[in-house]
Amino acid sequence: MLPSRRACRRLDPVLAFVAQVGQRSLQSLREVGYHAALLAEAFYWLLLGRWRRQPVRLRAVFKEAIGVGVNAIPIVALASFATGMMLAIQGIYTLRTFGAEGQVVLGISLSVTREFAPLITGIFVAGRSGSAIAARIGTMQISQEIDALRVIGINPVRYLVAPLLAAMLLTLPALTVLSDLVALFGGALYCAGELSLPMGVFFDRTFEVLIVQDVLHGVLKSVIFAVIVTLIGAANGFNVSAGAEGVGRATTRAVVLGCIGIILADMVFTFLTSR
Amino acid sequence: MNSADPAIDVRNLVTHYGTRKILDDISFQARQGEIMVIMGGSGSGKSTLLRHLLGLHNPTSGCIRLLGKDITQLDADAMYDLRKNMGVAFQGGALFNSMTVGENVELPLREHTALDGNTIRIMSRMKLEVVNLAGFEDLMPAELSGGMIKRAALARAIVMDPRLLFFDEPSAGLDPVVSAELDELILTLRDAMNMTIVVVTHELESAFKIADRITVLDQGRILMSDTVAAVRASDNQRIRSLLDRTPRNEAMDPDEYMERLTREIF
Repeated sequence: MLPSRRACRRLDPVLAFVAQVGQRSLQSLREVGYHAALLAEAFYWLLLGRWRRQPVRLRAVFKEAIGVGVNAIPIVALASFATGMMLAIQGIYTLRTFGAEGQVVLGISLSVTREFAPLITGIFVAGRSGSAIAARIGTMQISQEIDALRVIGINPVRYLVAPLLAAMLLTLPALTVLSDLVALFGGALYCAGELSLPMGVFFDRTFEVLIVQDVLHGVLKSVIFAVIVTLIGAANGFNVSAGAEGVGRATTRAVVLGCIGIILADMVFTFLTSR
Repeated sequence: MNSADPAIDVRNLVTHYGTRKILDDISFQARQGEIMVIMGGSGSGKSTLLRHLLGLHNPTSGCIRLLGKDITQLDADAMYDLRKNMGVAFQGGALFNSMTVGENVELPLREHTALDGNTIRIMSRMKLEVVNLAGFEDLMPAELSGGMIKRAALARAIVMDPRLLFFDEPSAGLDPVVSAELDELILTLRDAMNMTIVVVTHELESAFKIADRITVLDQGRILMSDTVAAVRASDNQRIRSLLDRTPRNEAMDPDEYMERLTREIF
């Protein structure tokens, strides 16, 4: 057995530090493993549940899809619109120094489809739904509802996580495409006012410069974000043990880790696919 | 399964929480149609024992046979089949807060049977009648009183007509009248359906009223597992202090006491 933390501190501060680093690393590694197992299990039930007498019900998937997807449309649309407009303002400001304001369409359309639309959508869904997932599962955990599911013979991952994962995988790409369109519309609106560029021309140029891969790049990212938000929310919910305060901590953690996870995954994905 | 076989047969059960031993060499049996009360003070390990009986944890060693099947060895499919024969009413009810009372009671039927919606609804209403909650199926759990939640949880536990029923602290947090009614309900259920019922409680009065046999736990060990009369007559000091509600006056070892206070300081 490892010596207790207090015993270490007494022995040697350096040793204590090393021990703490080791314990933290072990903890993180364990958490990553837990997420991976959760993902594997959720997919297992989604694909094979029907033959293992644990079907993932379509009705549950649609119910979740409304919660995490449809209800997020207003907020995602508003944020995307503002982002598109902001990109246009900044783009024109920057390009004016070279006298190349006309190139702003290229900048907006590429950065929106490849980067901003999936990122904004992911962050907002993480904030809205990541916390809600953690709170719901965490509350169920402390009120023994998860145990009740298990003794009834319902696998909690199949019942709670699998429909959510399916709903996220369906709605996040759809929200991203919506975000693409609304952000481009925002950018076009500003360009129409500032550069007297007709909206029709803006969109014509947008479709000239965009290739399918650009849109696909963003949509693919959103698929990864969907997995990240669901897993981090659910894992933090399942690991709640310390009452109401634990639920609060889990929701905060789900949002913070969800957002940082999205940004890091975005960076890695972009690095691997865009060079 | 032979009818002479015990419905519940626990042998040499040892469990740990981390490195701390919680249950030590637990063995007891309960016959079909018997009400077995597991009694003990706080921290005696009775909740842990119940969680193991429900197959929610894996023990360190020992075996737990329910209806002739060792649940520590069962695969997921066999466990799934066994669960249809087990009903559980948790201490806080553990009703699903996002569903109505009716949907809560219907859930096991929806998951385990292919019956049509109306049959399921009628069957769940029948169970709500049994626990005197007829007409409450459209309410949400948050709108129920403590006693009603326990009864609704009981209705959900018996909706599949299980052969084993587990009931965690039926009287906790209820007034004497309601808890007496719940005791009556447990007795009626056993007589009507010949269920084997395991009740975990620390309420003496309720335990003596409903039990056929009582298993007394103390600090993770079984003090005795016998009939009500035998438990009442026991002269074991621990059991007496539990029955007479006297505090445990254990002799204190001064050296050990000092060691505990100063541990890891010097």
